[in-house]
Amino acid sequence: MSKYIQLAYTKGELNTQLSELFASMLENKAVDAILAPMTQPKKGVMQTLVTSKDNVKEIDPFAPVMPVNSAKIASSLTTSPSGKKIAMVLRSCEVRALVELVKLKQADLDDVVLIGIDCLGRYENTDFLKFQAKEGTSESFLENAMAGKTEGDGFDVAGACKVCEYPVAPNVDINLCAIGSGSGSLFIEALTEKGEEVLSAAGAKFVNGPSGRQDAVGKIAKERSEARNALFESYRSETGSFDALDDKLAACINCYNCRVACPVCYCKECVFVTDTFRHKGEQFIGWADNKGSLRMPTDTSFYHLTRITHMAAFCVGCGQCTSACPNDIDVMPIFRTSAQKIQDRFEYLAGRSVDEPQPLSVFDSDELMEVTGQVK
Amino acid sequence: MSEFEPKIVSFFCNWCTFTAADLAGTSRLSYPSNIKIIRVMCSGMVDPKYVLKAFLNGADGVLIGGCWPGDCHYINGNLKARRRVALLTEMLSQYGIGPERLWLRWIAASEGTMLKEVAEEMTEKLKELGPSPLNKTKNAVVA
Repeated sequence: MSKYIQLAYTKGELNTQLSELFASMLENKAVDAILAPMTQPKKGVMQTLVTSKDNVKEIDPFAPVMPVNSAKIASSLTTSPSGKKIAMVLRSCEVRALVELVKLKQADLDDVVLIGIDCLGRYENTDFLKFQAKEGTSESFLENAMAGKTEGDGFDVAGACKVCEYPVAPNVDINLCAIGSGSGSLFIEALTEKGEEVLSAAGAKFVNGPSGRQDAVGKIAKERSEARNALFESYRSETGSFDALDDKLAACINCYNCRVACPVCYCKECVFVTDTFRHKGEQFIGWADNKGSLRMPTDTSFYHLTRITHMAAFCVGCGQCTSACPNDIDVMPIFRTSAQKIQDRFEYLAGRSVDEPQPLSVFDSDELMEVTGQVK
Repeated sequence: MSEFEPKIVSFFCNWCTFTAADLAGTSRLSYPSNIKIIRVMCSGMVDPKYVLKAFLNGADGVLIGGCWPGDCHYINGNLKARRRVALLTEMLSQYGIGPERLWLRWIAASEGTMLKEVAEEMTEKLKELGPSPLNKTKNAVVA
């Protein structure tokens, strides 16, 4: 059963209140370090690892930006454990990707206190700077987004966020609840014993939870699910063939940024940068000879399709792939549409549970009989 | 115009399906030459990339042959192959390569006749279905 504490804040005080809470977590040794989005000295907001209570003043968990999917940061902090207890403030897609990395043994949650935030979307990194330049703050964003207004001057939250059906992260120890908490108020929910311990150690007083929260979350999730279905439908009707896929990928230059940005593209070394794809000159000439011409660089859709076979079973829909594309190709729907079909086929949902085995890591002799259609 | 002859890239496991093809040969059973056999040690080593590469290079169909569940020389490679084929089918169907072009069949070493039948059946189905959509595009070889 969840327990809540309430933070009431006056205008401009949300981050101050939160920083006091996090400072007391460090002070009371509830955790040894905190990884959270913080305002940077020059500009922007980035995940920052803090070990001193004097340095949490710049904390800004609700800043509408996600420079990278922090599941990868969490992976680098925990694969070779520090032995320190770290509280990580992450968005829903970051938590879900992290859960997948745990299953791939590329991250470990033993010494981690997962703190989720209610996510109303993020701007692209450059748009966030514009947002800040126009005096936008996390508080103003939360207030407007809760009223359904996320648009800024010529920009909006990322396409992936508009179709994300998980505004609230699963599998967290603590959640910072903004949705349905009322104006000028934030609820902090302890969902696990670990979370409760940390909050108690930080001197929290538990109260009743916000009453309208469940409905408010449900409403957002429903709207976004509908938007997701509409996106999937339009993408699927646009791309019924390889030709259509090639059209989508026409501007792709094989930079592989989408897989670098992808939190669940898990290979230590991507096969597309190995000798397998370092073809000889005569091979290229041979391929060109076959049809008279050869698009260079080669293997573009081959790369994207291979990426689907590797990561679609774990795709959490964070949209970092689209954000990372230097040629503005919206690749997210390519991966998400396949991901949905693949995850459905294996009755799997990326990020749902640490205990649920990944589809290609298990198999059974009495399953998928329809694949061969043969019975002995 | 001559009849369309589908190209079927076939990955046969060394221990069962390839041996079945061998048996079909020594038993003087003839099967369509549309089946182009690549011998692999196990159906479980057929990387999804092999299948993709075959289709991208203009194969009209891909046939993977493995041992029956329980008979795999490597205990369970065939079961892994089945999961991969299911995954590939979900992905490829969106782009016009349906399950009728990607087959996985269990054919034991003793089932030379079944090999002949499967080869004939798949060739026949693909003749009805026509060339792979990737074969009609000018860049089929590249993609």
